[in-house]
Amino acid sequence: MWITVKDMRKFKEIIIEKLILICGIASIFFVALIFLFLLKEGLAVFNIVSPFQFLFGKSWYPISDPPQLGILPLILGSLLVTLGAAVISIPIGVGCAIYIAEVAPLKIKEILKAGIELLAAIPSVVLGFIGMVTLVPIVKNIFHLPTGLTALSGSIMLAFMAMPTIVSIAEDALYSIPKTYKEGAFALGATHWQTIWRVMLPAASSGILAAIMLGIGRVIGETMAVMMITGNAAVIPSSILAPVRTLTATIAAEMGEAVVGSEHYFALFAVGIVLFVISFIINVTADLFLHKKQ
Amino acid sequence: MVNFRKFIFGLLGVIFLVSITGSGAKNSIQIKGSDTMVNLGQAWAEKYMEKYPGDFIAVTGGGSGTGLSSLISASCDIAMSSRNIKDKEIGLAKKKSVNPNEIIIALDGLAVVVNPSNPVSELTLDQLAGIFTGRISNWRDVGGKDEKIVLLSREVNSGTHVYFKEHVLRKNDPNSKEEFAPGALMLSSSQAIADEVAGNSSAIGYYGMGYISAKQKPVAIAKDEKSEYVEPVIENVINNKYPISRPLFLYTNGVPQGLVKKFVDFALSKEGQDIVLATDFVPIKR
Repeated sequence: MWITVKDMRKFKEIIIEKLILICGIASIFFVALIFLFLLKEGLAVFNIVSPFQFLFGKSWYPISDPPQLGILPLILGSLLVTLGAAVISIPIGVGCAIYIAEVAPLKIKEILKAGIELLAAIPSVVLGFIGMVTLVPIVKNIFHLPTGLTALSGSIMLAFMAMPTIVSIAEDALYSIPKTYKEGAFALGATHWQTIWRVMLPAASSGILAAIMLGIGRVIGETMAVMMITGNAAVIPSSILAPVRTLTATIAAEMGEAVVGSEHYFALFAVGIVLFVISFIINVTADLFLHKKQ
Repeated sequence: MVNFRKFIFGLLGVIFLVSITGSGAKNSIQIKGSDTMVNLGQAWAEKYMEKYPGDFIAVTGGGSGTGLSSLISASCDIAMSSRNIKDKEIGLAKKKSVNPNEIIIALDGLAVVVNPSNPVSELTLDQLAGIFTGRISNWRDVGGKDEKIVLLSREVNSGTHVYFKEHVLRKNDPNSKEEFAPGALMLSSSQAIADEVAGNSSAIGYYGMGYISAKQKPVAIAKDEKSEYVEPVIENVINNKYPISRPLFLYTNGVPQGLVKKFVDFALSKEGQDIVLATDFVPIKR
């Protein structure tokens, strides 16, 4: 049998196709493996505490005897920091996207976009460190608090982290609106602001919502910066000016010493499951919005 | 296929490593025990192996109890322990004709620190326990300003956290259920506590004496109201006056000989004790 050049090409084609297929499947395969591992290790904790006790227990003393494994303060801590970050980053991020997409002259637009990309490139531990030495004392002095290590400090720092995501995706959403919308509004005599507020924003709303959800998804999974500046006190926060302990910081701080196979170890994996479920919900929501757009 | 080959190579590598650590029985020793001392042990091992390149020393943690039980079952040569050996353990050892030999190798002193602007400079152990469990929440109650106390603690993964809980909050009572106040801020390092205390006039924290600087004020501690208040300085830890300190031990089987002796002597030498100081413990020889 002869192998022609054509056959060789076909063969190559098939090989490459299969390789790409494997790459594509690999990511799903890994996600499934990670999830299975999380479940396997995490669900064991429910032999010790009931799911209700675990999710709504108010005390987190994992190394005591017997351990108290209630993660309600941690869940609330994570949600509070995330909510604060959302309140700060959404108006600024969306405003910034509108400015870049609609208002800014080309030169400023380039500078702004570069700046935002730079913001995304700052490692979170650096942001945390900067927050610790600059923001924390400021928060303490402005609000006359006993300590500046609070949920608010964490929220502000995390807002910086969510902004690049929100800005770039919201900006894309604004760009993808057909030009005719804008031209039509102008033709009807609308001002620039009226056009942005009444036409552009509603038309891009699903994309902007997706941007916001992805930004929030980034915030809730963030670990290093919150660990450094939120104080990590496992107590149900009374206000945004109180110290909080987040789900992520708990895993990061405690996993190193948890004895493999101990209640503490399983509990940390269960915390991981909770975190996984929360970010999964956020990402699915973002995805729904993105698909609605198309 | 590539992954599989990597796996095989990795496996071979592991087997190789295991075989060189396991087979060189003549010039290698195993050290096991206290997690508090693992860093110290590893620092010793590193410097020791630099000095005597032919010898090999493996240091692993697991806890003081693990170390001592390994010594008894002769699966390690030196056990590190942050507590004295129990009578029960000595009995077990005698049965296996192991003769535990105790060597005090370093001291561990914990300083309680506040901001230099805080007028409080003396506390009793009872007051300390009250403060850290949250029963005392205002500096006024211990002779300070009318300010809420900000508690700073290490994370639960820290041996210092556990030690402080067991010896200060629970006063060495194994049945005590005292816990750190839930509102205590958990910081990830001693340095983070030092920084926060330096910048916060109402904060109180604890850490190894090595971290004290001019920006923090160490508090003098008394066992009870009638006792004298003692500053956390190295002299007071050495002569056992300072109440929050403990000796750290190495246990060997009988009087150290050969390589074990060489290592213990190194740890007790000036060089070894400098490493003790560098890892924030208190040397026993000055």
